[in-house]
Amino acid sequence: MSAVTVVASHSAGQTMAVAHSLACSVRPGDLIVLCGDLGAGKTAFTQGLGRALGVTTPITSPTFTLANCYEGDLVVNHLDVYRLTHIEEVSDLGLHELLDDGSLTIIEWGDAIAGALPGGYLEIRIMLGDGPDERLLEFHTVGDEWSDREADLAEIDGSVEAGGGSC
Amino acid sequence: MGVVMVSDLVLALETSCDETAAAVVEKARVVRSSVISSQVDQHARFGGVVPEIASRAHVELLVPVVAEAMVAAGVEGRDLVAVAATSGPGLVGSLLVGVSAAKALALSWDVPFVAVNHLEAHLYAALLEEPDLEMPMVVLLASGGHTMLIVMEDHGRYRLLGSTLDDAAGEAFDKVARYLGLGYPGGPAVDRLAVAGNRSAFSYPRSLVQENPATLSDDRRYAFSFSGLKTAVVNHLRSEPEALTADVVASFQEAVVDALVTKVRWAIEETGVGAACLGGGVAANSRLRERFVEVCEGAGARPFLPQPAMCTDNAAMVAAAGWWQFRREGPSPLDTGADPNLALNLIA
Repeated sequence: MSAVTVVASHSAGQTMAVAHSLACSVRPGDLIVLCGDLGAGKTAFTQGLGRALGVTTPITSPTFTLANCYEGDLVVNHLDVYRLTHIEEVSDLGLHELLDDGSLTIIEWGDAIAGALPGGYLEIRIMLGDGPDERLLEFHTVGDEWSDREADLAEIDGSVEAGGGSC
Repeated sequence: MGVVMVSDLVLALETSCDETAAAVVEKARVVRSSVISSQVDQHARFGGVVPEIASRAHVELLVPVVAEAMVAAGVEGRDLVAVAATSGPGLVGSLLVGVSAAKALALSWDVPFVAVNHLEAHLYAALLEEPDLEMPMVVLLASGGHTMLIVMEDHGRYRLLGSTLDDAAGEAFDKVARYLGLGYPGGPAVDRLAVAGNRSAFSYPRSLVQENPATLSDDRRYAFSFSGLKTAVVNHLRSEPEALTADVVASFQEAVVDALVTKVRWAIEETGVGAACLGGGVAANSRLRERFVEVCEGAGARPFLPQPAMCTDNAAMVAAAGWWQFRREGPSPLDTGADPNLALNLIA
């Protein structure tokens, strides 16, 4: 699996801006998987994407409750499977039900459960760079659901300020 | 108010996370029994709570825990004024166990059922031990899932000053501890190790903390953010892997505590309340307790620290909150379900 695009970020704010520019490509029913080490910026990315999709309430870490749900232009489900170690537990989160209802579902640490994910999804790997705030965001499409949007994904960058502009 | 109380004994069940607990409390102030069966050992090898393990363990533990609480209190079902249970927030599978059991017990004993908000229960930990705390008071509620600063105006009347914008304080402890390989739960491990460390060794960021609170916007003045702190610790250890772990955790803990108590001080100064208390699992942290007392006394408010065992999840606080709620509002409908994202009912 090769990356559709790789975007550099130099701050948490810029990671949010990258997420913001992805918002225009999102469709109801989409699944996005975020992978990256502790502190890479997975929640920051989700905050930027959620804000661009009209979520006004603060998007906080879902580590404790495992799944948070937000109302925006569409419903945004934010899951964190950091604490899940067994694929069977994914069924307890009701993932299949979430994906059926026309909302956007974002799963942090999703690489650990990749084998249990239904259908296609967009995988975003956030990797630590050399400097403390440097990050590389790799976008990979898995399955058919995102393959027709690869041209849009190739345009993603962090130049638009988070909060400015919309789709 | 409107409800006739046949007794003052409430049995409460708490199963929102990894503790299976039951307690019988009289008049929201006398703990007749409080039984807690922790699943920490079962979750420790996974570095955190595993939902499916938690649900199964609650199912296995709940009946003996309730029986023990009732026997220790010397009461029978018909002696109770209500059976209360935490209905959220928490892990949905875990909550369901307690809510379903409480409803079944209430039905079979023919006593009312009361669904209690877990966050409200944490607010009552202090009042359970010190019923004469004067209101309004400032409450700092800090746990693995929540970090909020609240003004408790009266029973059932809560005003939110601010909450975390990203990670909860306890979550920061857990994640840093897990990164450092200190085991689970992270809070007590960091607390123990920090005693041997130099808390000024490293300067980690205090997010949303300024010299002058007026320089922060209204929606950020009492907000917390611990995600950047967690990242700062990880970044620091990548650049200086040989840093002494005790110094790292002591400095990290100091940054968390600094952010928490600074906002407590601001809240006391701005609202002029006469009392302040702690709630939630992070309130068991020894450094937070020490600094909280200093800050409250400096700002002219009486500090109250519930015992550490009352700060972490327990059913006695659920019984206390349930008693007050039942007096105010009467029983909860039997179709009340578990709500993993249940919010605290706030006043504007």
